[in-house]
Amino acid sequence: MKHHFLTVMTLWRREIVRFARQRSRVTGAFAQPLVFWILLGGGLRASFRPPGLPDGMSSVEYFYPGIIALMLLFTAIFSTISVVEDRQAGFLQGVLVAPVSRAAVVLGQALGSTTLAMLQGLLFLVLAPIAGVPLTPLSALAALAVMLIMAFSLSNLGLTIAWRMTSTQGFHAIMNLLLLPLWLLSGAFFPATGAPWWIAWIMTVDPLTYGITLLRRAFYLANPVAAGQLPPAAISLGITLLFCCVAAAAAVGSARRSTVR
Amino acid sequence: MSDAAAIEVENLRHRYGKREALAGVSLRVAERDIVSLLGPNGSGKTTLFKILSTLLPPVAGSVRIFGHDVARQPHAVRRCLGIVFQHPSLDPKLTVRENLLHQGHLYGLHGRPLRLRLEGLLAEFGLAERGADLVATLSGGLQRRVELAKALLHEPRLLLLDEPSTGLDPGARHDLTRMLQRVRHERGATILLTTHILDDAEQSDRVGIIDQGRVIAEGTPAELKARVGGDVISLLAARPDALLEKLRARFACEAVLVDGMVRIERAQGHEFVRDVVEAFPEEVQSITFGKPTLEDVFVHLTGHRLWLAQEGGDRQGRVQGGSP
Repeated sequence: MKHHFLTVMTLWRREIVRFARQRSRVTGAFAQPLVFWILLGGGLRASFRPPGLPDGMSSVEYFYPGIIALMLLFTAIFSTISVVEDRQAGFLQGVLVAPVSRAAVVLGQALGSTTLAMLQGLLFLVLAPIAGVPLTPLSALAALAVMLIMAFSLSNLGLTIAWRMTSTQGFHAIMNLLLLPLWLLSGAFFPATGAPWWIAWIMTVDPLTYGITLLRRAFYLANPVAAGQLPPAAISLGITLLFCCVAAAAAVGSARRSTVR
Repeated sequence: MSDAAAIEVENLRHRYGKREALAGVSLRVAERDIVSLLGPNGSGKTTLFKILSTLLPPVAGSVRIFGHDVARQPHAVRRCLGIVFQHPSLDPKLTVRENLLHQGHLYGLHGRPLRLRLEGLLAEFGLAERGADLVATLSGGLQRRVELAKALLHEPRLLLLDEPSTGLDPGARHDLTRMLQRVRHERGATILLTTHILDDAEQSDRVGIIDQGRVIAEGTPAELKARVGGDVISLLAARPDALLEKLRARFACEAVLVDGMVRIERAQGHEFVRDVVEAFPEEVQSITFGKPTLEDVFVHLTGHRLWLAQEGGDRQGRVQGGSP
Protein backbone atom coordinates (compact mmCIF):
# COMPACT_ATOMS: atom_id res chain seq x y z
CA MET A 1 0.00 0.00 0.00
CA LYS A 2 2.79 2.35 0.99
CA HIS A 3 4.60 1.45 -2.18
CA HIS A 4 1.51 2.31 -4.27
CA PHE A 5 1.26 5.61 -2.46
CA LEU A 6 4.92 6.40 -3.22
CA THR A 7 4.38 5.56 -6.88
CA VAL A 8 1.32 7.80 -7.17
CA MET A 9 2.95 10.70 -5.35
CA THR A 10 6.22 10.57 -7.26
CA LEU A 11 4.58 10.50 -10.70
CA TRP A 12 2.09 13.18 -9.68
CA ARG A 13 4.87 15.42 -8.49
CA ARG A 14 6.87 14.83 -11.64
CA GLU A 15 4.02 16.10 -13.85
CA ILE A 16 3.83 19.33 -11.84
CA VAL A 17 7.58 19.90 -11.76
CA ARG A 18 7.87 19.33 -15.50
CA PHE A 19 5.01 21.74 -16.11
CA ALA A 20 6.49 24.42 -13.88
CA ARG A 21 9.88 24.18 -15.63
CA GLN A 22 8.45 24.88 -19.08
CA ARG A 23 7.86 28.59 -19.16
CA SER A 24 5.86 28.44 -22.38
CA ARG A 25 3.40 25.98 -20.86
CA VAL A 26 2.98 28.10 -17.74
CA THR A 27 2.45 31.25 -19.78
CA GLY A 28 0.01 29.44 -22.03
CA ALA A 29 -1.92 28.10 -19.09
CA PHE A 30 -2.46 31.59 -17.71
CA ALA A 31 -3.05 33.34 -20.99
CA GLN A 32 -5.38 30.84 -22.61
CA PRO A 33 -8.44 31.47 -20.42
CA LEU A 34 -8.05 35.21 -20.83
CA VAL A 35 -7.74 35.00 -24.59
CA PHE A 36 -10.79 32.76 -24.82
CA TRP A 37 -12.67 35.07 -22.57
CA ILE A 38 -11.86 38.17 -24.59
CA LEU A 39 -12.60 36.51 -27.92
CA LEU A 40 -15.84 34.84 -26.94
CA GLY A 41 -17.06 37.52 -24.59
CA GLY A 42 -16.23 40.46 -26.80
CA GLY A 43 -16.61 39.01 -30.26
CA LEU A 44 -19.74 36.96 -29.89
CA ARG A 45 -21.63 39.26 -27.59
CA ALA A 46 -23.07 41.44 -30.29
CA SER A 47 -23.38 39.09 -33.21
CA PHE A 48 -24.32 35.71 -31.84
CA ARG A 49 -27.03 34.48 -29.57
CA PRO A 50 -27.74 30.73 -29.60
CA PRO A 51 -31.43 29.85 -29.80
CA GLY A 52 -33.11 28.50 -26.67
CA LEU A 53 -31.17 30.51 -24.12
CA PRO A 54 -32.89 31.05 -20.76
CA ASP A 55 -34.76 34.32 -20.40
CA GLY A 56 -32.63 37.21 -19.26
CA MET A 57 -29.32 35.40 -19.78
CA SER A 58 -26.70 36.95 -22.02
CA SER A 59 -24.68 34.71 -24.31
CA VAL A 60 -21.54 35.65 -22.35
CA GLU A 61 -23.13 34.41 -19.17
CA TYR A 62 -24.34 31.29 -20.93
CA PHE A 63 -20.90 30.47 -22.31
CA TYR A 64 -19.16 30.90 -18.99
CA PRO A 65 -19.56 27.34 -17.58
CA GLY A 66 -18.87 25.95 -21.04
CA ILE A 67 -15.58 27.84 -21.26
CA ILE A 68 -14.57 26.42 -17.90
CA ALA A 69 -15.32 22.96 -19.23
CA LEU A 70 -13.31 23.71 -22.35
CA MET A 71 -10.34 24.81 -20.24
CA LEU A 72 -10.53 21.62 -18.22
CA LEU A 73 -10.92 19.52 -21.34
CA PHE A 74 -7.91 20.95 -23.12
CA THR A 75 -5.56 21.15 -20.18
CA ALA A 76 -6.44 17.76 -18.73
CA ILE A 77 -6.28 15.91 -21.99
CA PHE A 78 -3.34 17.64 -23.58
CA SER A 79 -1.23 17.24 -20.49
CA THR A 80 -1.72 13.48 -20.80
CA ILE A 81 0.27 13.79 -24.00
CA SER A 82 3.27 13.54 -21.67
CA VAL A 83 2.69 9.77 -21.70
CA VAL A 84 3.37 9.73 -25.44
CA GLU A 85 6.40 11.96 -24.94
CA ASP A 86 7.66 9.74 -22.13
CA ARG A 87 7.34 6.75 -24.41
CA GLN A 88 9.33 8.48 -27.14
CA ALA A 89 11.94 9.89 -24.78
CA GLY A 90 12.39 6.54 -23.05
CA PHE A 91 11.33 7.48 -19.52
CA LEU A 92 8.28 5.22 -19.75
CA GLN A 93 10.32 2.04 -20.25
CA GLY A 94 11.88 2.59 -16.84
CA VAL A 95 8.43 2.87 -15.29
CA LEU A 96 7.17 -0.21 -17.12
CA VAL A 97 9.91 -2.46 -15.72
CA ALA A 98 9.54 -1.17 -12.15
CA PRO A 99 7.67 -3.42 -9.69
CA VAL A 100 4.66 -1.10 -9.52
CA SER A 101 1.04 -1.62 -10.46
CA ARG A 102 -0.14 0.06 -13.62
CA ALA A 103 -3.17 1.36 -11.72
CA ALA A 104 -0.87 3.34 -9.40
CA VAL A 105 1.07 4.68 -12.40
CA VAL A 106 -2.13 5.79 -14.13
CA LEU A 107 -3.47 7.37 -10.93
CA GLY A 108 -0.27 9.40 -10.51
CA GLN A 109 -0.45 10.61 -14.10
CA ALA A 110 -4.17 11.40 -13.87
CA LEU A 111 -3.71 13.39 -10.67
CA GLY A 112 -0.92 15.35 -12.34
CA SER A 113 -3.14 16.33 -15.28
CA THR A 114 -6.06 16.99 -12.96
CA THR A 115 -3.99 19.38 -10.88
CA LEU A 116 -2.89 21.35 -13.92
CA ALA A 117 -6.45 21.54 -15.22
CA MET A 118 -7.76 22.67 -11.85
CA LEU A 119 -5.13 25.36 -11.64
CA GLN A 120 -6.47 26.85 -14.86
CA GLY A 121 -10.08 26.29 -13.91
CA LEU A 122 -9.48 28.12 -10.67
CA LEU A 123 -8.05 31.12 -12.48
CA PHE A 124 -11.10 31.23 -14.63
CA LEU A 125 -13.48 30.88 -11.72
CA VAL A 126 -12.21 34.18 -10.41
CA LEU A 127 -13.63 35.84 -13.55
CA ALA A 128 -17.21 34.77 -12.76
CA PRO A 129 -18.40 38.17 -11.53
CA ILE A 130 -17.26 39.79 -14.77
CA ALA A 131 -19.41 37.31 -16.67
CA GLY A 132 -22.39 38.33 -14.58
CA VAL A 133 -22.53 34.90 -13.01
CA PRO A 134 -23.53 35.10 -9.34
CA LEU A 135 -20.86 33.39 -7.25
CA THR A 136 -21.46 32.73 -3.58
CA PRO A 137 -18.89 30.81 -1.50
CA LEU A 138 -21.21 27.81 -1.56
CA SER A 139 -21.60 27.94 -5.36
CA ALA A 140 -17.87 28.27 -5.76
CA LEU A 141 -17.26 25.20 -3.62
CA ALA A 142 -19.88 23.20 -5.50
CA ALA A 143 -18.42 24.32 -8.82
CA LEU A 144 -14.91 23.33 -7.72
CA ALA A 145 -16.11 19.86 -6.73
CA VAL A 146 -17.75 19.38 -10.11
CA MET A 147 -14.66 20.69 -11.89
CA LEU A 148 -12.51 18.25 -9.98
CA ILE A 149 -14.57 15.27 -11.05
CA MET A 150 -14.65 16.50 -14.63
CA ALA A 151 -10.90 17.16 -14.75
CA PHE A 152 -10.14 13.74 -13.33
CA SER A 153 -12.50 12.02 -15.78
CA LEU A 154 -11.10 13.87 -18.75
CA SER A 155 -7.51 13.17 -17.66
CA ASN A 156 -8.34 9.49 -17.63
CA LEU A 157 -10.01 9.76 -21.03
CA GLY A 158 -6.79 11.34 -22.30
CA LEU A 159 -4.67 8.63 -20.68
CA THR A 160 -6.81 5.89 -22.22
CA ILE A 161 -5.86 7.18 -25.62
CA ALA A 162 -2.31 8.32 -24.81
CA TRP A 163 -1.26 4.89 -23.54
CA ARG A 164 -2.16 3.43 -26.93
CA MET A 165 -0.46 6.06 -29.06
CA THR A 166 3.12 6.08 -30.26
CA SER A 167 3.22 9.55 -31.81
CA THR A 168 2.06 12.94 -30.63
CA GLN A 169 0.66 13.69 -34.10
CA GLY A 170 -1.66 10.71 -33.82
CA PHE A 171 -2.71 11.86 -30.41
CA HIS A 172 -3.60 15.33 -31.69
CA ALA A 173 -5.56 13.91 -34.61
CA ILE A 174 -7.66 11.61 -32.43
CA MET A 175 -8.19 14.24 -29.82
CA ASN A 176 -9.43 16.86 -32.25
CA LEU A 177 -11.76 14.36 -33.82
CA LEU A 178 -13.17 13.34 -30.46
CA LEU A 179 -12.84 16.32 -28.18
CA LEU A 180 -14.31 19.22 -30.09
CA PRO A 181 -17.58 17.39 -30.84
CA LEU A 182 -17.63 16.20 -27.24
CA TRP A 183 -17.46 19.78 -26.08
CA LEU A 184 -19.60 21.40 -28.77
CA LEU A 185 -22.45 18.97 -28.14
CA SER A 186 -22.37 19.17 -24.38
CA GLY A 187 -24.62 22.16 -23.98
CA ALA A 188 -21.57 24.32 -23.46
CA PHE A 189 -22.12 26.31 -26.61
CA PHE A 190 -25.88 26.08 -27.18
CA PRO A 191 -28.71 24.46 -25.22
CA ALA A 192 -30.39 21.27 -26.40
CA THR A 193 -33.80 22.97 -26.29
CA GLY A 194 -33.13 25.02 -29.41
CA ALA A 195 -31.28 22.34 -31.37
CA PRO A 196 -32.57 19.98 -34.13
CA TRP A 197 -33.80 16.65 -32.75
CA TRP A 198 -30.81 14.57 -33.85
CA ILE A 199 -28.32 17.02 -32.37
CA ALA A 200 -30.37 17.08 -29.18
CA TRP A 201 -30.24 13.29 -29.14
CA ILE A 202 -26.45 13.24 -29.42
CA MET A 203 -26.34 15.80 -26.65
CA THR A 204 -28.21 13.48 -24.31
CA VAL A 205 -25.60 10.72 -24.80
CA ASP A 206 -22.60 13.04 -24.49
CA PRO A 207 -21.31 12.44 -20.95
CA LEU A 208 -19.91 15.95 -20.82
CA THR A 209 -23.49 17.32 -21.03
CA TYR A 210 -24.10 16.16 -17.47
CA GLY A 211 -20.87 17.62 -16.13
CA ILE A 212 -21.77 20.98 -17.62
CA THR A 213 -25.29 20.64 -16.23
CA LEU A 214 -23.84 20.15 -12.76
CA LEU A 215 -21.59 23.14 -13.27
CA ARG A 216 -24.54 25.34 -14.28
CA ARG A 217 -26.56 24.08 -11.35
CA ALA A 218 -23.65 24.88 -9.03
CA PHE A 219 -23.51 28.48 -10.26
CA TYR A 220 -27.26 28.96 -9.91
CA LEU A 221 -27.54 27.09 -6.63
CA ALA A 222 -29.63 29.83 -5.02
CA ASN A 223 -31.86 30.42 -8.04
CA PRO A 224 -32.19 27.21 -10.13
CA VAL A 225 -34.83 28.71 -12.40
CA ALA A 226 -32.35 31.22 -13.79
CA ALA A 227 -30.18 28.34 -15.09
CA GLY A 228 -32.86 27.39 -17.61
CA GLN A 229 -34.06 23.94 -18.63
CA LEU A 230 -31.51 21.30 -17.55
CA PRO A 231 -31.44 17.55 -16.86
CA PRO A 232 -32.15 16.68 -13.20
CA ALA A 233 -29.24 17.13 -10.76
CA ALA A 234 -29.31 13.59 -9.33
CA ILE A 235 -29.20 11.96 -12.77
CA SER A 236 -26.46 14.31 -13.90
CA LEU A 237 -24.37 13.53 -10.84
CA GLY A 238 -24.90 9.79 -11.34
CA ILE A 239 -23.85 9.90 -14.98
CA THR A 240 -20.88 12.15 -14.26
CA LEU A 241 -19.58 9.81 -11.57
CA LEU A 242 -20.19 6.79 -13.77
CA PHE A 243 -18.26 8.43 -16.60
CA CYS A 244 -15.44 9.10 -14.17
CA CYS A 245 -15.24 5.44 -13.11
CA VAL A 246 -15.47 4.15 -16.67
CA ALA A 247 -12.74 6.52 -17.87
CA ALA A 248 -10.45 5.54 -14.98
CA ALA A 249 -10.98 1.83 -15.60
CA ALA A 250 -10.36 2.31 -19.32
CA ALA A 251 -7.11 4.18 -18.63
CA VAL A 252 -5.84 1.42 -16.35
CA GLY A 253 -6.86 -1.19 -18.92
CA SER A 254 -5.04 0.72 -21.63
CA ALA A 255 -1.88 0.93 -19.51
CA ARG A 256 -1.99 -2.78 -18.61
CA ARG A 257 -2.07 -3.77 -22.26
CA SER A 258 0.85 -1.54 -23.09
CA THR A 259 4.25 -2.98 -23.92
CA VAL A 260 7.26 -1.32 -25.45
CA ARG A 261 8.19 -2.29 -28.94
CA MET B 1 22.82 -26.49 -9.01
CA SER B 2 19.82 -24.85 -10.59
CA ASP B 3 19.26 -22.44 -7.67
CA ALA B 4 22.68 -20.91 -8.26
CA ALA B 5 21.54 -19.75 -11.70
CA ALA B 6 20.70 -16.08 -12.17
CA ILE B 7 19.04 -16.67 -15.52
CA GLU B 8 17.64 -19.87 -16.99
CA VAL B 9 16.14 -19.65 -20.45
CA GLU B 10 14.69 -22.76 -22.02
CA ASN B 11 13.63 -23.09 -25.62
CA LEU B 12 12.40 -19.51 -25.77
CA ARG B 13 10.56 -18.43 -28.90
CA HIS B 14 9.19 -15.12 -29.99
CA ARG B 15 7.73 -13.85 -33.23
CA TYR B 16 6.64 -10.49 -34.59
CA GLY B 17 3.83 -11.37 -36.98
CA LYS B 18 5.38 -13.88 -39.34
CA ARG B 19 8.98 -13.05 -38.59
CA GLU B 20 10.56 -15.32 -36.04
CA ALA B 21 12.83 -13.26 -33.79
CA LEU B 22 13.76 -16.02 -31.36
CA ALA B 23 13.80 -19.57 -32.66
CA GLY B 24 14.30 -21.58 -29.48
CA VAL B 25 16.89 -19.89 -27.29
CA SER B 26 18.37 -21.74 -24.34
CA LEU B 27 20.80 -20.03 -22.02
CA ARG B 28 22.01 -20.32 -18.46
CA VAL B 29 23.80 -17.56 -16.61
CA ALA B 30 25.48 -18.34 -13.30
CA GLU B 31 25.41 -15.89 -10.41
CA ARG B 32 28.15 -13.24 -10.28
CA ASP B 33 29.20 -13.80 -13.88
CA ILE B 34 29.55 -11.04 -16.43
CA VAL B 35 28.04 -12.39 -19.64
CA SER B 36 27.89 -10.77 -23.06
CA LEU B 37 25.39 -11.66 -25.72
CA LEU B 38 27.25 -10.98 -28.95
CA GLY B 39 25.42 -10.81 -32.22
CA PRO B 40 24.66 -8.58 -35.19
CA ASN B 41 21.66 -6.27 -35.32
CA GLY B 42 18.52 -8.27 -35.98
CA SER B 43 19.98 -11.42 -34.45
CA GLY B 44 17.28 -11.43 -31.76
CA LYS B 45 19.38 -10.21 -28.87
CA THR B 46 17.24 -7.13 -28.26
CA THR B 47 14.10 -9.25 -28.26
CA LEU B 48 15.73 -11.56 -25.74
CA PHE B 49 16.67 -8.51 -23.67
CA LYS B 50 13.10 -7.23 -23.69
CA ILE B 51 11.76 -10.57 -22.53
CA LEU B 52 14.34 -10.80 -19.75
CA SER B 53 13.48 -7.27 -18.63
CA THR B 54 9.72 -8.13 -18.55
CA LEU B 55 8.85 -5.63 -21.27
CA LEU B 56 7.67 -8.37 -23.62
CA PRO B 57 5.85 -11.53 -22.56
CA PRO B 58 7.45 -14.72 -23.92
CA VAL B 59 5.40 -16.48 -26.61
CA ALA B 60 6.70 -19.96 -25.87
CA GLY B 61 9.38 -21.50 -23.69
CA SER B 62 10.34 -20.51 -20.17
CA VAL B 63 12.46 -17.80 -18.59
CA ARG B 64 13.36 -17.88 -14.91
CA ILE B 65 15.32 -15.22 -13.10
CA PHE B 66 16.59 -16.34 -9.68
CA GLY B 67 13.94 -19.03 -9.90
CA HIS B 68 11.05 -16.60 -10.60
CA ASP B 69 9.11 -17.18 -13.79
CA VAL B 70 9.08 -14.02 -15.92
CA ALA B 71 5.59 -14.62 -17.26
CA ARG B 72 3.93 -15.61 -13.98
CA GLN B 73 5.80 -13.56 -11.37
CA PRO B 74 6.79 -10.37 -13.17
CA HIS B 75 6.88 -8.26 -9.99
CA ALA B 76 9.19 -10.69 -8.18
CA VAL B 77 11.44 -10.63 -11.25
CA ARG B 78 11.29 -6.84 -11.53
CA ARG B 79 12.52 -6.41 -7.96
CA CYS B 80 15.66 -8.42 -8.83
CA LEU B 81 16.42 -6.47 -11.97
CA GLY B 82 18.38 -3.32 -12.63
CA ILE B 83 18.07 -2.30 -16.25
CA VAL B 84 20.08 0.01 -18.46
CA PHE B 85 18.27 0.48 -21.76
CA GLN B 86 19.95 1.22 -25.04
CA HIS B 87 17.94 4.42 -25.34
CA PRO B 88 18.05 6.76 -22.38
CA SER B 89 15.37 6.30 -19.75
CA LEU B 90 16.17 9.47 -17.83
CA ASP B 91 13.91 12.48 -17.80
CA PRO B 92 16.09 15.23 -19.31
CA LYS B 93 13.89 17.96 -17.81
CA LEU B 94 14.63 16.79 -14.27
CA THR B 95 17.88 17.03 -12.36
CA VAL B 96 20.11 14.02 -11.78
CA ARG B 97 18.99 13.83 -8.15
CA GLU B 98 15.28 14.12 -9.06
CA ASN B 99 15.61 11.31 -11.58
CA LEU B 100 17.13 9.06 -8.95
CA LEU B 101 14.54 10.04 -6.33
CA HIS B 102 11.70 9.10 -8.66
CA GLN B 103 13.40 5.82 -9.42
CA GLY B 104 13.82 5.09 -5.71
CA HIS B 105 10.14 5.77 -5.06
CA LEU B 106 9.12 3.43 -7.87
CA TYR B 107 11.10 0.71 -6.11
CA GLY B 108 9.55 1.43 -2.72
CA LEU B 109 12.51 3.35 -1.27
CA HIS B 110 11.97 6.69 0.42
CA GLY B 111 13.11 9.16 3.04
CA ARG B 112 16.53 9.07 4.62
CA PRO B 113 17.58 5.57 3.51
CA LEU B 114 16.91 6.58 -0.10
CA ARG B 115 18.81 9.86 0.33
CA LEU B 116 21.81 8.08 1.79
CA ARG B 117 21.93 5.48 -0.91
CA LEU B 118 21.46 8.08 -3.60
CA GLU B 119 24.28 10.30 -2.34
CA GLY B 120 26.51 7.25 -1.99
CA LEU B 121 25.92 6.30 -5.62
CA LEU B 122 26.47 9.85 -6.86
CA ALA B 123 29.82 9.92 -5.06
CA GLU B 124 30.74 6.46 -6.32
CA PHE B 125 30.06 7.42 -9.93
CA GLY B 126 31.73 10.82 -9.72
CA LEU B 127 28.41 12.64 -10.09
CA ALA B 128 28.19 14.38 -6.72
CA GLU B 129 28.82 17.81 -8.18
CA ARG B 130 26.32 17.33 -11.00
CA GLY B 131 23.46 16.16 -8.78
CA ALA B 132 21.57 19.44 -9.06
CA ASP B 133 22.06 19.78 -12.83
CA LEU B 134 19.37 18.99 -15.35
CA VAL B 135 20.10 15.70 -17.07
CA ALA B 136 19.81 17.45 -20.44
CA THR B 137 23.00 19.41 -19.67
CA LEU B 138 25.13 16.28 -19.11
CA SER B 139 27.40 14.69 -21.72
CA GLY B 140 26.52 11.31 -23.19
CA GLY B 141 29.11 9.54 -21.06
CA LEU B 142 27.87 11.16 -17.86
CA GLN B 143 24.26 10.39 -18.74
CA ARG B 144 25.23 6.75 -19.13
CA ARG B 145 26.73 6.88 -15.65
CA VAL B 146 23.49 8.30 -14.27
CA GLU B 147 21.60 5.49 -16.03
CA LEU B 148 23.88 2.98 -14.34
CA ALA B 149 23.46 4.65 -10.93
CA LYS B 150 19.70 4.65 -11.50
CA ALA B 151 19.70 0.96 -12.31
CA LEU B 152 21.73 0.15 -9.19
CA LEU B 153 19.71 2.28 -6.76
CA HIS B 154 17.58 -0.58 -5.44
CA GLU B 155 20.61 -2.92 -5.30
CA PRO B 156 19.46 -5.40 -7.92
CA ARG B 157 20.91 -8.90 -8.03
CA LEU B 158 20.93 -8.90 -11.81
CA LEU B 159 21.98 -6.00 -13.97
CA LEU B 160 20.79 -6.07 -17.59
CA LEU B 161 22.36 -3.70 -20.09
CA ASP B 162 21.27 -3.33 -23.71
CA GLU B 163 24.12 -2.19 -25.95
CA PRO B 164 25.63 -0.14 -23.11
CA SER B 165 28.68 1.07 -25.00
CA THR B 166 26.95 2.15 -28.20
CA GLY B 167 27.60 5.82 -28.84
CA LEU B 168 30.31 6.10 -26.20
CA ASP B 169 33.82 7.23 -27.06
CA PRO B 170 36.67 4.79 -26.24
CA GLY B 171 37.42 6.52 -22.93
CA ALA B 172 33.84 6.35 -21.72
CA ARG B 173 33.62 2.76 -22.95
CA HIS B 174 36.66 1.82 -20.89
CA ASP B 175 35.11 3.61 -17.91
CA LEU B 176 31.96 1.57 -18.27
CA THR B 177 33.83 -1.74 -18.37
CA ARG B 178 35.67 -0.81 -15.18
CA MET B 179 32.47 0.20 -13.45
CA LEU B 180 30.80 -3.08 -14.38
CA GLN B 181 33.72 -5.03 -12.96
CA ARG B 182 33.41 -3.05 -9.74
CA VAL B 183 29.67 -3.60 -9.53
CA ARG B 184 30.24 -7.32 -9.75
CA HIS B 185 33.03 -7.37 -7.16
CA GLU B 186 31.59 -4.98 -4.63
CA ARG B 187 27.89 -5.75 -4.95
CA GLY B 188 28.07 -9.34 -6.04
CA ALA B 189 25.69 -8.63 -8.90
CA THR B 190 25.30 -10.77 -11.99
CA ILE B 191 25.62 -8.81 -15.22
CA LEU B 192 24.22 -9.58 -18.64
CA LEU B 193 24.80 -7.24 -21.52
CA THR B 194 24.02 -7.35 -25.20
CA THR B 195 26.59 -6.00 -27.60
CA HIS B 196 27.82 -6.08 -31.14
CA ILE B 197 31.19 -4.71 -30.07
CA LEU B 198 33.97 -7.28 -29.84
CA ASP B 199 35.90 -5.49 -27.11
CA ASP B 200 32.89 -5.59 -24.78
CA ALA B 201 32.56 -9.31 -25.29
CA GLU B 202 36.30 -9.91 -24.79
CA GLN B 203 36.06 -8.29 -21.36
CA SER B 204 33.29 -10.63 -20.16
CA ASP B 205 33.62 -13.86 -18.22
CA ARG B 206 31.46 -15.64 -20.72
CA VAL B 207 30.04 -14.89 -24.14
CA GLY B 208 26.91 -16.16 -25.80
CA ILE B 209 27.00 -15.82 -29.57
CA ILE B 210 23.57 -15.19 -30.98
CA ASP B 211 22.59 -15.33 -34.62
CA GLN B 212 19.25 -15.63 -36.38
CA GLY B 213 17.30 -16.10 -33.17
CA ARG B 214 19.50 -18.80 -31.67
CA VAL B 215 22.38 -18.92 -29.21
CA ILE B 216 24.82 -20.80 -31.43
CA ALA B 217 27.73 -20.98 -28.99
CA GLU B 218 28.45 -20.17 -25.38
CA GLY B 219 31.65 -20.20 -23.35
CA THR B 220 34.54 -18.14 -22.08
CA PRO B 221 36.22 -16.02 -24.76
CA ALA B 222 39.20 -18.42 -24.67
CA GLU B 223 37.00 -21.49 -25.07
CA LEU B 224 35.20 -19.95 -27.99
CA LYS B 225 38.42 -18.97 -29.73
CA ALA B 226 39.74 -22.50 -29.29
CA ARG B 227 36.94 -23.64 -31.55
CA VAL B 228 38.67 -22.02 -34.46
CA GLY B 229 41.36 -24.44 -35.65
CA GLY B 230 44.63 -22.59 -35.10
CA ASP B 231 45.34 -19.28 -36.81
CA VAL B 232 43.20 -17.30 -39.16
CA ILE B 233 44.58 -16.28 -42.54
CA SER B 234 42.81 -13.81 -44.83
CA LEU B 235 43.81 -13.18 -48.43
CA LEU B 236 42.89 -10.31 -50.67
CA ALA B 237 43.00 -11.20 -54.36
CA ALA B 238 41.93 -9.66 -57.64
CA ARG B 239 40.04 -12.85 -58.48
CA PRO B 240 39.23 -14.49 -55.15
CA ASP B 241 37.15 -17.29 -56.74
CA ALA B 242 40.06 -18.51 -58.82
CA LEU B 243 42.46 -18.29 -55.91
CA LEU B 244 40.03 -20.23 -53.75
CA GLU B 245 40.03 -23.11 -56.25
CA LYS B 246 43.78 -23.13 -56.56
CA LEU B 247 44.30 -23.12 -52.81
CA ARG B 248 41.92 -25.99 -52.34
CA ALA B 249 43.68 -28.00 -55.04
CA ARG B 250 47.19 -27.23 -53.92
CA PHE B 251 46.93 -27.39 -50.13
CA ALA B 252 43.81 -29.49 -49.61
CA CYS B 253 42.62 -26.87 -47.15
CA GLU B 254 39.14 -25.66 -46.28
CA ALA B 255 39.33 -22.20 -47.77
CA VAL B 256 36.10 -20.20 -47.77
CA LEU B 257 35.03 -16.91 -49.26
CA VAL B 258 33.87 -14.40 -46.67
CA ASP B 259 32.86 -10.93 -47.72
CA GLY B 260 35.04 -11.03 -50.84
CA MET B 261 38.10 -12.35 -49.03
CA VAL B 262 39.57 -15.82 -48.94
CA ARG B 263 39.66 -17.10 -45.40
CA ILE B 264 41.51 -20.14 -44.06
CA GLU B 265 41.77 -21.51 -40.54
CA ARG B 266 44.98 -23.44 -40.02
CA ALA B 267 47.48 -24.42 -37.36
CA GLN B 268 51.04 -23.15 -37.93
CA GLY B 269 49.62 -20.24 -39.88
CA HIS B 270 52.96 -18.49 -40.36
CA GLU B 271 54.34 -21.40 -42.36
CA PHE B 272 51.20 -21.52 -44.43
CA VAL B 273 51.47 -17.83 -45.22
CA ARG B 274 54.96 -18.38 -46.60
CA ASP B 275 53.84 -21.35 -48.67
CA VAL B 276 50.92 -19.47 -50.17
CA VAL B 277 52.94 -16.43 -51.08
CA GLU B 278 55.59 -18.64 -52.71
CA ALA B 279 53.02 -20.68 -54.60
CA PHE B 280 50.85 -17.80 -55.88
CA PRO B 281 52.98 -14.63 -55.91
CA GLU B 282 50.89 -13.08 -58.69
CA GLU B 283 47.39 -13.72 -57.39
CA VAL B 284 47.71 -12.61 -53.77
CA GLN B 285 47.41 -8.87 -53.26
CA SER B 286 47.68 -8.86 -49.50
CA ILE B 287 47.70 -11.38 -46.74
CA THR B 288 47.03 -11.14 -43.00
CA PHE B 289 47.26 -13.73 -40.34
CA GLY B 290 46.53 -13.71 -36.62
CA LYS B 291 45.23 -15.45 -33.56
CA PRO B 292 41.46 -15.88 -33.75
CA THR B 293 39.26 -13.10 -32.38
CA LEU B 294 35.63 -13.47 -31.40
CA GLU B 295 34.86 -12.12 -34.84
CA ASP B 296 36.67 -15.15 -36.28
CA VAL B 297 34.65 -17.39 -34.00
CA PHE B 298 31.50 -15.81 -35.36
CA VAL B 299 32.62 -16.29 -38.96
CA HIS B 300 33.69 -19.84 -38.17
CA LEU B 301 30.24 -20.64 -36.81
CA THR B 302 28.03 -18.76 -39.25
CA GLY B 303 30.05 -18.29 -42.42
CA HIS B 304 29.29 -14.57 -42.40
CA ARG B 305 30.77 -11.58 -40.70
CA LEU B 306 29.40 -9.90 -37.62
CA TRP B 307 29.40 -6.51 -39.30
CA LEU B 308 27.52 -7.47 -42.39
CA ALA B 309 24.37 -5.43 -42.92
CA GLN B 310 25.32 -3.04 -40.17
CA GLU B 311 25.95 0.64 -40.24
CA GLY B 312 29.65 1.37 -39.89
CA GLY B 313 29.55 3.51 -36.74
CA ASP B 314 31.10 0.99 -34.42
CA ARG B 315 33.20 -0.92 -36.90
CA GLN B 316 36.31 -2.28 -35.31
CA GLY B 317 39.70 -1.73 -36.85
CA ARG B 318 40.78 -5.27 -36.31
CA VAL B 319 38.58 -6.76 -39.00
CA GLN B 320 41.05 -7.31 -41.78
CA GLY B 321 40.49 -5.86 -45.17
CA GLY B 322 38.04 -3.14 -44.11
CA SER B 323 34.64 -2.66 -45.63
CA PRO B 324 33.80 -3.93 -49.11
